[in-house]
Amino acid sequence: MRNIAAIVERELRAYFISPIAYVVLTIFLFLSGLFFQTMLSQILQMAMVQSMQGAQFGRGPQPMDMPGMVTSAFLNTMSVILLFMIPMITMGLFSEEKKRGTIELLLTAPLTDLQVVLGKFFAAVSFFLILLFATLLPVAVLYIYSNPATGPLLSKYLGLLLYGLALLSIGLFISTLTENQIVSAVLSFGTIMVLWLVDVVAQRAEGTVKSVLTYLSLLSHLDDFMKGVLSTSHIVFYLSLTLFALFLTYRSIDSLRWRG
Amino acid sequence: MITVENLTKRYSNTKTAIENMSFTVEKGEILGFLGPNGAGKTTTMRIITGYMPASEGTVRVDGFDVFEKPLEVRRRIGYLPENPPLYTEMTVAGYLRFVAKIKGVHSANIGNEITRVMEKVNVNDVRDRIIAKLSKGYKQRVGLAQALLNDPPVLVLDEPTIGLDPKQIQEVRELIKELAGKHTMVLSTHILPEVEQTCNRVIIIDKGKIVAVDTPHNLRSQVQGADQISLEVEGPAGEVVAKLRSVPGVADVKTVAQSEGRARFQVESQMKHDIRRELACAVVQNGWGLLELHASKMSLEDIFIKLTTAETETEAVAVPESPASTDEN
Repeated sequence: MRNIAAIVERELRAYFISPIAYVVLTIFLFLSGLFFQTMLSQILQMAMVQSMQGAQFGRGPQPMDMPGMVTSAFLNTMSVILLFMIPMITMGLFSEEKKRGTIELLLTAPLTDLQVVLGKFFAAVSFFLILLFATLLPVAVLYIYSNPATGPLLSKYLGLLLYGLALLSIGLFISTLTENQIVSAVLSFGTIMVLWLVDVVAQRAEGTVKSVLTYLSLLSHLDDFMKGVLSTSHIVFYLSLTLFALFLTYRSIDSLRWRG
Repeated sequence: MITVENLTKRYSNTKTAIENMSFTVEKGEILGFLGPNGAGKTTTMRIITGYMPASEGTVRVDGFDVFEKPLEVRRRIGYLPENPPLYTEMTVAGYLRFVAKIKGVHSANIGNEITRVMEKVNVNDVRDRIIAKLSKGYKQRVGLAQALLNDPPVLVLDEPTIGLDPKQIQEVRELIKELAGKHTMVLSTHILPEVEQTCNRVIIIDKGKIVAVDTPHNLRSQVQGADQISLEVEGPAGEVVAKLRSVPGVADVKTVAQSEGRARFQVESQMKHDIRRELACAVVQNGWGLLELHASKMSLEDIFIKLTTAETETEAVAVPESPASTDEN
């Protein structure tokens, strides 16, 4: 456990020494602020139009979960932005070690390969959590000016967290395949994108193929969370995808040893 | 301390890095691995340290099998790979602190332990500097400091003096000698004086096979049978060679250099007896000018080249004379 913590600590320090952490954080915060503002004003406008229409037809104001709609729209957009950000977080995890030769230090230290993989993974997860916390800032504004339901909000965040874990583990695996950070980032982005767009392909497919493709889609599993619905099948999907990618990472490190 | 038995490493069906290698290293001994680049030195060390598994054969360190008990073995080995594994964005002290943690140094002792190794390799003055900003010599020493953390009984050093200037090379060698006795050491190099100066025993490997194992002293006397004499003569090179060959006791004559009527020859004598007088007479009697004549003892370098080029007879192999000129790669 202490070994894992040491790797996490070193990796987090490295993030904040290099410009990567600041670039990712700045862009992410800017975009989240921008989109939150956009979503908020759009939904406000929509609500105003609806209440005016209601008044014209002599009906009272319709009940409407305004804060819920805002958070759903906002966090959905964040999930798309994470698609671009997560490869930046994971790109150097193993590729930099390979390039600098420090992988030889990690693999000859009294550490198990599992500890190395988990250390790297938890480091990336920690940085991702910082991003996730940053999105709480605009959401807190909603709490000041309205009265959002906390339950559904938690479910949305849980969905985003699980989705993030899956993307991070895929990126982690891909970073073991190359010693070039750029290649690692582009390859991760491509892979995540394919798993994302599988949904679109699925719409044109039929039968079993359709259901398999739909099941594989990263985003379709996020929908229910965003509606505030917790479903075991989606939780299992993200967790199993994460574990599978971590297993591949572990195997990849093993094969790295054999190939030298 | 280290027992290597029938070690073989194949990267693919066609590419064999090392083949059926066996040797042992006694406790407290310094073993030198000598061989040209690509001979399998690094591969052997990587297998001993548990970085990569062998295709066949076993390695035991302190009684523990590298493959079966990798963690026990790694706890006992300090390893300096060919490229020091440095996180260059960290400070020297910060880096060593991290390595101490993953090597399992007790938290309460980490401060003392990193100070100890920094003093040992003399990097205390740069402890708060970023590693990326350090000179190559300092980086190499930080790499060495890392290997010394947690005081492992075995040290495996892959080309510890590569890329250093002569003064730094001397410093590292002094350090290695200082560490001898307390640690069992395996070090690789392709710089020969290094082995002569630091090692108790030498293993010469070529193309993944052991060519010779012995003390530097014995190795020298083993191949010493042929003494070498260097001659510089003013006269027609072709005739001089023919004449020198006819001198009794001469095994071989090579033209090393030739320019403007004078030429330098390398003469190998067959027997142990001195043929310098006969050579000088042969030259002078023909009216050629004898500009230089001296017996050159075979250095480990010559022995090395002799052993590793035994099958493919090369023409004139230029032997680098100073250690500094051999460490260009």
